[in-house]
Amino acid sequence: MSGPDGTGKAGPEETHGSQAPQGPVPPVAEPEAEAEENLPARLGEERLAEPVVRTGMFGVQGTPDTSGYGLLRVHRAPVLASPRPYGSYFDEVADALGSALEAAGVGFSDAIERVVADRGELTLYVRRERLPEVAAKLRDDPALRFELCGGVSGVHYPHDTGRELHAVYHLLSITHNRRLRVEVAAPDADPHIPSLVGVYPAVNWHERETWDFFGLIFDGHPALTRIQMPDDWKGHPQRKDYPLGGIPVEYRGAKIPAPDERRDYS
Amino acid sequence: MTEAQTPHAAAGATDAEAAEGHVYTVSGEDWDEIIAAANEARDFQSGERLVINMGPQHPSTHGVLRLVLTLEGETVVEVRPAIGYLHTGIEKNMEFRTWTQGVTFCTRADYLMPLFNEVAYCLAVERLLGIEDRIPERAQIIRVLMLELNRITSHLGGIAPMGLELGATTIYTQGARLRERGLDLLELVTGLRMNHAYMRPGGVAQDLPPGALEAIRAFLDTTPALVRDLRTLIDANPIFIGRNKGVAYLDLAGCMALGVTGPMLRSTGLPWDLRKSQPYCGYETYDFDVPTVDTCDAYGRYLVRMDEVDQSLRIVRQCVDRLAARGSAGPDKDPVMIRDAKIGWPAQLSLGPDGLGPSPEHIKHIMGQSMEALIHHFKLITEGFRVPAGQAYAAVESPRGELGAHVVSDGGTRPYRVHLRDPSFNHLQSVAAVCEGGMVADLIPAIASIDPVMGGVDR
Amino acid sequence: MGIEEKLPSGVLLTSVEKVAGWARARSVWPATFGLACCAIELFQTGGPKHDLARFGMERASNTPRQADLMIVAGRVSQKMAPVLRQIYDQMSDPKWVISMGVCASSGGMFNNYAIVQGVDHIVPVDIYLPGCPPRPEMLLDSIVKLHDKIMNMKLGKNRERQITELENARLSLSPLHVPSPEGSQL
Repeated sequence: MSGPDGTGKAGPEETHGSQAPQGPVPPVAEPEAEAEENLPARLGEERLAEPVVRTGMFGVQGTPDTSGYGLLRVHRAPVLASPRPYGSYFDEVADALGSALEAAGVGFSDAIERVVADRGELTLYVRRERLPEVAAKLRDDPALRFELCGGVSGVHYPHDTGRELHAVYHLLSITHNRRLRVEVAAPDADPHIPSLVGVYPAVNWHERETWDFFGLIFDGHPALTRIQMPDDWKGHPQRKDYPLGGIPVEYRGAKIPAPDERRDYS
Repeated sequence: MTEAQTPHAAAGATDAEAAEGHVYTVSGEDWDEIIAAANEARDFQSGERLVINMGPQHPSTHGVLRLVLTLEGETVVEVRPAIGYLHTGIEKNMEFRTWTQGVTFCTRADYLMPLFNEVAYCLAVERLLGIEDRIPERAQIIRVLMLELNRITSHLGGIAPMGLELGATTIYTQGARLRERGLDLLELVTGLRMNHAYMRPGGVAQDLPPGALEAIRAFLDTTPALVRDLRTLIDANPIFIGRNKGVAYLDLAGCMALGVTGPMLRSTGLPWDLRKSQPYCGYETYDFDVPTVDTCDAYGRYLVRMDEVDQSLRIVRQCVDRLAARGSAGPDKDPVMIRDAKIGWPAQLSLGPDGLGPSPEHIKHIMGQSMEALIHHFKLITEGFRVPAGQAYAAVESPRGELGAHVVSDGGTRPYRVHLRDPSFNHLQSVAAVCEGGMVADLIPAIASIDPVMGGVDR
Repeated sequence: MGIEEKLPSGVLLTSVEKVAGWARARSVWPATFGLACCAIELFQTGGPKHDLARFGMERASNTPRQADLMIVAGRVSQKMAPVLRQIYDQMSDPKWVISMGVCASSGGMFNNYAIVQGVDHIVPVDIYLPGCPPRPEMLLDSIVKLHDKIMNMKLGKNRERQITELENARLSLSPLHVPSPEGSQL
């Protein structure tokens, strides 16, 4: 398990809001530059000052754990953004987007909340009001030319209060052979995101699917209706507060509960 | 059924906001009400329009696809695909299983190309784990081998029903016969004909059994001639050409707008193939071409697919040569699963008297020799490995297009969210663009050339 | 059967039930309800290697009105369930159902909100065929067992009695008792 016992994994790890169910903030982002100051002792001190992210080794809570790892405390700093330089082609993309937005009179940080470059992938967190503008620039600017949009996928982070519903767009540039991820967040109380059907018609059905499964309303979508579930279904199934909906399995007189109701040791 | 009065419609599209006419909520057995409402609302300009339902149960719609057609005579004026009849909740199910068990779920999404689903998911998980460059080379070669075999069976599995739908049953039987040979090989290596759960994060489940390379070589010796025979049957057939040439036209601009990739994109003349432009699993070291055609029609796509079958046979031959050159050094010297005790599936599987299970050497090792190995075995099998928090998107070039897996982890032993970006889901959006204005009989070859698999569309 | 020896050759004695059963079993037209992965194995079963035409069943009746057998091949989602029932209702008697694969028989590995946990929640099933997906040989075996069942089906009042007997036998099964597999399920 390369995570919890803090085997020094080089490279920033990416996070968005709070995902770990127990800890306050999710992990990572060590600076890549291994300067002389980052000797193990210094790093150790810095790490002890960071918030606790995981307790115990095997994830068991509350029950007696005789392994001796139950008192383990893993500290990690929350990562909110990657520092420059991002590496590979990410800087070019960020710069090109910045100049395209400035030419349109929009500041970079007005539109983009933060940038995360992690595991070889660039993620731009875009403010939802600016999404169509940013998407249009990404598609049309010659230095960017992200022609293909793979689609929208929704993610529900119930712990990330104020930003529970995320819509993730994966863009591909055939001209420059590059990939980009754009992520937009909306709160549960106001789950509206502007629709990108005008910029990338391909996301039409994907937005319908995200509405169907998460309840994210895409303003400006021509026909935002259920696509996968029956038309009169109530609820949005892939949200975390929607149960899996299985039935207990009966076999030879015994009943095994559905997967989301079984005991969970992880 | 009511018009825009259902509970969900309060937040979704209502009549006033829908830009495409009225919103009808359809559940079942209410066809008469829809017709009556449509007639009342004067949605149709002339009285000769027919609204026909090509329902989810239909022999020619490649699975449970519902098409609502508005016909004026034989011309299709509007076609609206309705999907969701095979929605299985695979993505939500995966959130309640470990990372390795997730493979058995995602494999059933697009069931004609199960190994591609698995590989996309595994690549994304491996990227999150940070072990992408530590996957053993033997595992990479086996992955490429199995993927290309699956590509062959998938293309044949699209072309054979296409023949059946056009009324040419011989194409169906010959395609099925060819496909059987590919399925025999897949069964020999993975144990199953479909839905193999063979690719695991970290490598593959087990090594090739003895005799597999000879069986694959025998397949490679006989199959090209059979594929040539099939092509002789179809390629120059005037009826086939008459039904497919010029049908289902979608040019490059249309493909870009609709997010279309795969053979549909390559039939417009753009040689975009992820195996060449963003290689994975060592594809950059193999010698193969990317077939392209520039007719943008159904016939062109068929040609692209058959050419891809030939290219896949070429790649399979190279894989077999490489594996033969490596010999069979055994799991210690030439592993097929990453040698990381905290990630790699521990049990070397072998066939014993009571079936498939951990090999006797492995059992001896964990029970008699190493306590750590026992702990790792226990924790990995009951709990699974932990994947550091983050998100990753891995895309592979599947027989249908770009298949991507977007995987989000919260640091635990289970996926937080898995989304499969399925090419058929995107491509079905283009049915309207491709068929409207054509004849109703052109609908069938059009959908066959798009080659959707409803399991991937609905997941 | 001694009477047959006294009759001239070429004459066979039988009963109406046996003739009807024999005729019905030999002329089954499936209304293939191919849904998911099992449909691919069904399609392979129609291929030359495992030949469904040996039963005369390669001619799948696309219209349910002329179909006798509904092979529910694949997972039935909540959205598809009314369609399934409608197709089943449109088939005319006598009709049989094979639920092919674990998803059709019991919901399979998908124990969740989207899948009907067994197609017997919607239609009466005659043969349950497990497997994920079942091999073509398994499907052929299930069809042979179905033929067995059809040949031994009684008519009229006998049929009603047969149904009652079968139901009572099944109701008296305890969860821990596994009935023996050999012989046909009458």
